[in-house]
Amino acid sequence: MQLGKVVGTVVLNNRNETLHGVTLLLVQPISSSREAVGRVIVAADSVGAGVGEHVFFVRGKEASFPFYPTEVPADAGIVGIVDAWHVG
Amino acid sequence: MILAKVVGTVVATRKDPRLVSSKLLIARPMDPKGKAEGSYIVAIDTVDAGFGETVLIVSGSSARMAAGLKDCPVDAAIVGIVDEIEIKD
Repeated sequence: MQLGKVVGTVVLNNRNETLHGVTLLLVQPISSSREAVGRVIVAADSVGAGVGEHVFFVRGKEASFPFYPTEVPADAGIVGIVDAWHVG
Repeated sequence: MILAKVVGTVVATRKDPRLVSSKLLIARPMDPKGKAEGSYIVAIDTVDAGFGETVLIVSGSSARMAAGLKDCPVDAAIVGIVDEIEIKD
């Protein structure tokens, strides 16, 4: 899992039927010192995260597990909202 | 998932039987502001996307979970046409 910051939203009307009802958010992966790392990705949200919040997300097929038994075609998914973190 | 712009099509006569009648498109990944990044991707289209449209691409084994792609040998699928991107810096 990785830390990220929600930076925006994506709206799609014409979508694959298995994606209906899934909230999609733009997530910027970040380092433990809150610096942006790598590309912004689109992640499926299963925890009700909002723009500006710090979250942690999973990559790969596991991103669809929160929606089980529906098989959502997601390769990145927000699975938690971070309240605080401490390093070292 | 990543955002991408559709920039072309692929025509293939000989292909895996499970890909027969699938539409293949070439897409260029882009950042939320529209700047192209990375190399081109060939993706199966599940939503009737067209040239120049901004789309959502799911990659890896998750691509097979899109409706209509069960057990297909694919690792990238277009699963949505993007209407609006809202970004807050």
